[in-house]
Amino acid sequence: MKKELALSVDDLTVAYNEKPVLWDIDAHVPQGVLLAIVGPNGAGKTTFIKSVLGLIKPAAGTVTFFAKPYQAKRKKIAYVPQRTSVDWDFPATVLDVVLMGTYGQLGWIRRAGKKQKQHAYQSLERVGMSKFADRHISQLSGGQQQRVFLARALVQDADVYLMDEPFAGVDTTTEQAILALLQNLRKKGKTVIVVHHDLQTVKKYFDWVMLLNVRKIGFGPVESVMTNENLKKTYGGTAAFLENE
Amino acid sequence: MLELLYNLFFDYTLRNVALGSATIGVLSGVLGSFAVLRKKSLLGDAISHAALPGIALAFLFTLSKNSLVLLFGAMLAGLAGASIVLIVHKNSKISEDAALGIVLSSFFGLGIFLLTIIQRIASAKKAGLETFLFGNASTMLASDVYTLLFFAGLALALTALFWKEFKLVSFDYAYAKTLGFHTLGIEALITALIVLAIVIGLQTVGVVLMSAFIIAPAVAARQWTKTLFGMVTLSALFGAVSGVSGAMISSAQRNVPTGPVIVIVMSCIVFFSLLFSPTRGIVSEKIKDAKKRKNLDVKGVLIDVFLLSHNHAKRTHPHHVSAIQAVSHASAKNSLDVLEQLGLVTQDAHEYWRLTPAGVLEAEKILQKKGGGPSHVSAS
Repeated sequence: MKKELALSVDDLTVAYNEKPVLWDIDAHVPQGVLLAIVGPNGAGKTTFIKSVLGLIKPAAGTVTFFAKPYQAKRKKIAYVPQRTSVDWDFPATVLDVVLMGTYGQLGWIRRAGKKQKQHAYQSLERVGMSKFADRHISQLSGGQQQRVFLARALVQDADVYLMDEPFAGVDTTTEQAILALLQNLRKKGKTVIVVHHDLQTVKKYFDWVMLLNVRKIGFGPVESVMTNENLKKTYGGTAAFLENE
Repeated sequence: MLELLYNLFFDYTLRNVALGSATIGVLSGVLGSFAVLRKKSLLGDAISHAALPGIALAFLFTLSKNSLVLLFGAMLAGLAGASIVLIVHKNSKISEDAALGIVLSSFFGLGIFLLTIIQRIASAKKAGLETFLFGNASTMLASDVYTLLFFAGLALALTALFWKEFKLVSFDYAYAKTLGFHTLGIEALITALIVLAIVIGLQTVGVVLMSAFIIAPAVAARQWTKTLFGMVTLSALFGAVSGVSGAMISSAQRNVPTGPVIVIVMSCIVFFSLLFSPTRGIVSEKIKDAKKRKNLDVKGVLIDVFLLSHNHAKRTHPHHVSAIQAVSHASAKNSLDVLEQLGLVTQDAHEYWRLTPAGVLEAEKILQKKGGGPSHVSAS
């Protein structure tokens, strides 16, 4: 039997104030790929992730995970928002934030207990942040904040991870650590979908790619999609520098 | 002083005043923390001003001075005001602060207008509704205190029950939604509880200054703690202390409205906290900044760590901070903190530092440029 698609998007259209932000997107993501979503600023990358997660109501289209709607599969889906989307001065420790990853499993009212704390510590270990568990989140560097967000998603023990710009504003050490983590997830058969801003590293880091600029320009394995022609279509004239490669 | 303490426990009026204001302070301190953290501080201001026409209308319809009736009117009007702000903001291009301003002033204007009418038509005693403007604690009866305690207990119990959900939604709304929580419902519950906290304080504090109860204790508490529980607890304590002391001071003087006195007390707590909190205070930040700048030599210390590792097989061999300090002229600790932020060094065990691979590269680059070690290292 054919494996179900991790994520299936059909005819997705999103508009703000009647201006289309995403236009008629189809995307069928098989299980176990590491997919980059790339495109210029304002191409709708974040909007794509958010509407797939049901955070933004699309004007049209259907989204399914493993052939079921989001709500039916949400315990198997983890979201890593942009690091800058929250206030890092919020009174919470690193452990507090990572524990939030267990809230979905806990459901209403039930509190996190010993078991959840143990999972949280294990996730912090995986991102190399276990020493920082008791530290206040305002005392973290950008790269450390990003790792905390990743640890929070890891606690969810999901099958599909959707990440918005996890490499933005992090130092090179963190970038390599995050990359190793993502590739490790893929090796375990998880599906990882990442909004990415650095065209130069797409081929090196990812095995699948979606080129996006309001419309879907290309989608599939990196080698077949990252052609000069496709990149020109996605970025317009600004992609000339890529031809030097 | 002793007499005041004695009266606090045995004088009927004073005991009511103290207990009542403490209850108001605790509840608005707790819920105010969530308002401040969700960056909705001004919503409290709109709600309390919006409550005034509700009080006036409740009186006009029932001609009753029963505080439960009046506060019910206040509650409805406060909720209406809060909802209008949300609806206008979501469905138009008007920003939230503008929507708040419009609701606040139009409801308050209507309230003052209705109060004037009431003064004309009601008996000479009037209804005493003007006390709702700046508050009056000395009229508090035992029955009022019981009402306060009941509603405050209910609101605190709900907060404790949904603690995890309140925390999650306050920190990361979108993420909460992806976890399957009914975020709109949680947001509505928080707002409703804030409205409740405001309404039960109106008679004592007044509509004009009630928002201080929501904002000030939370802002002061934020300065002293790193956890949400710490902040909420401390905010409740600050609210209670300023509520009680303000109400007592104003009750001891004739004709001094309670609201302004409480706000003066609260402002003192806020100013003190902003200035002198050990971790976030303006004074300690300035001192820390000055100390750091004085003793910072980031590049120098990076080179020091690099050269120390020459005695070992690996360039990334860890050293204790005291070993690094021994060869550095600047403050090793401060500079290492900055280097850690830059990702150039890392701590293996507590205070055992080593270069990261990026740190090794950076150090080699600096040395190449300079064509040798910095003088203070070679001299040591």
